[in-house]
Amino acid sequence: MSDVLFDAPGPRGRRRMVWINIVATLVVAGIGVFVLLRLAEKGQLAASLWKPFVQASTWTDYLLPGLKGTLEAAALSIVAAGIFGLVFGLGRLSRSRTVRSVAGLVVEFFRAVPVLLMMIFFYLGLNQLKLVSPQDVPLVAVVAGLTLYNGSVFAELVRSGVHNLPRGQREAAYAVGLRRGQSLRAVEVPQALIAMLPAIASQLVVILKDTALGYIVTYPELLDAARRVGAGNGNILQSLVVAALIFIVINYALTRLASLLARRLGGRTAGRTSAAAPALTVDVGKG
Amino acid sequence: MHSGYLDDLGTVLGQYDVLAAFWVNIQLTVYAGIIALVLGTLLALMRISPVPSLRWAGSTYVTLLRNTPLTIIIVFFVLGMWGQLGFTLGPDFPTNFFRLSVLGLAVYHAAFVCEAVRSGVNTVPRGQAEAARAIGLGFWPTARLVILPQAFRGAVAPLGNVLIALIKNSTVAAAGSVAEASGLMREMIENSSSVILGIFLVFALGFVVIVVPVGLATTALSRRWAVAR
Repeated sequence: MSDVLFDAPGPRGRRRMVWINIVATLVVAGIGVFVLLRLAEKGQLAASLWKPFVQASTWTDYLLPGLKGTLEAAALSIVAAGIFGLVFGLGRLSRSRTVRSVAGLVVEFFRAVPVLLMMIFFYLGLNQLKLVSPQDVPLVAVVAGLTLYNGSVFAELVRSGVHNLPRGQREAAYAVGLRRGQSLRAVEVPQALIAMLPAIASQLVVILKDTALGYIVTYPELLDAARRVGAGNGNILQSLVVAALIFIVINYALTRLASLLARRLGGRTAGRTSAAAPALTVDVGKG
Repeated sequence: MHSGYLDDLGTVLGQYDVLAAFWVNIQLTVYAGIIALVLGTLLALMRISPVPSLRWAGSTYVTLLRNTPLTIIIVFFVLGMWGQLGFTLGPDFPTNFFRLSVLGLAVYHAAFVCEAVRSGVNTVPRGQAEAARAIGLGFWPTARLVILPQAFRGAVAPLGNVLIALIKNSTVAAAGSVAEASGLMREMIENSSSVILGIFLVFALGFVVIVVPVGLATTALSRRWAVAR
């Protein structure tokens, strides 16, 4: 689309573009230089504030264990959310009206409630019930909150994935004598899952980012580690930047993986593959 | 659930101003939403412009901000910008934390607004831009008179999704010491843990009551404003 907003420029247009480009570069670079100068003025660029990040102990004692916590919570959540999503997604496809509407209600509810609210609830509730050992409570709370929200998103993906398959897939399954359940299991859901894969990779970015909410319920993850590094060295600004960069690198790789998957898997399913993270549109009552 | 449960819950709810806490979330959403809309549209314009450096700056902003956890951004503004640099936006602590959190929410969601507007631009058929070019309009008149008016109508649904995400994410301002709904819920549960489930359901339903109508309204609007093609 954007390629037709402007013509391929002619000689005069090219000259003008060079000038605009130079001016724009100067403006963008100017903003960057201004920020750096202000930081330098406050002594924030001093090597001593960045030095902890080239010392092995900062990484082995704080950042890597924090990253491990983040990845652990994300990995547990993705597995649990996958199961939750499959169960409730199939529930929304059920022929029984009751099952359909219960599954629909659960999914819509957990998609509308902030993840942080659920984490705080589980954190305080589990502490009270003493079902799990106290040091595991934050992890379980983070995973539970992430599972309920992202599982609902996955349920929606399963449902829309099956709905978006061409009708001929089911008709062909019926034609060779499969029943509805068999058709879902052997023909429709597998293709829907392949079509979902890129969107799942995109949702992984959301899960990974949301593990940082664990900071609020005292889960020892990357943000918490960065804050402790910052508190120890008086460089919280710098350590938050480092933590953010770690997240950006991982998430950027996941985003690239998602679009790679979307291109690669297109031929292996009758559904459409899209790297876009699923939309949150609320459609109550469509069961 | 014994019969006294609802009475207990009622007593607890009577002791706190739940509506005021939700009002803070709505205010966070409105202020951050307006800033994010302006900033995001500007970024989208940069990303579709013919100037390479602006395109690069726009997409770099989106890549960086979209992949950073919102919690880090809010903590960055409150602990980093204020705590370490002494950057203040208000006369007293609550106002300062509120405004810093609004800024954090705004810069984060601007990246998503940019993507939503861009997806709106993608709904405008090539022929529209080609026709605008054919009658001699340059980039700016094409964008302003032909593309953006249609793009915004096509972007209503994705923008609605950003708004819903923003409403829910306003709770993350708790990481910036803003007294909002999730913080109040925590305080209430800690003080009256016997009705924990009831308190959670009240707050959860509060968000459902805000989010669902917004979702239904933006879906309806996106249908009504869709450009018939």
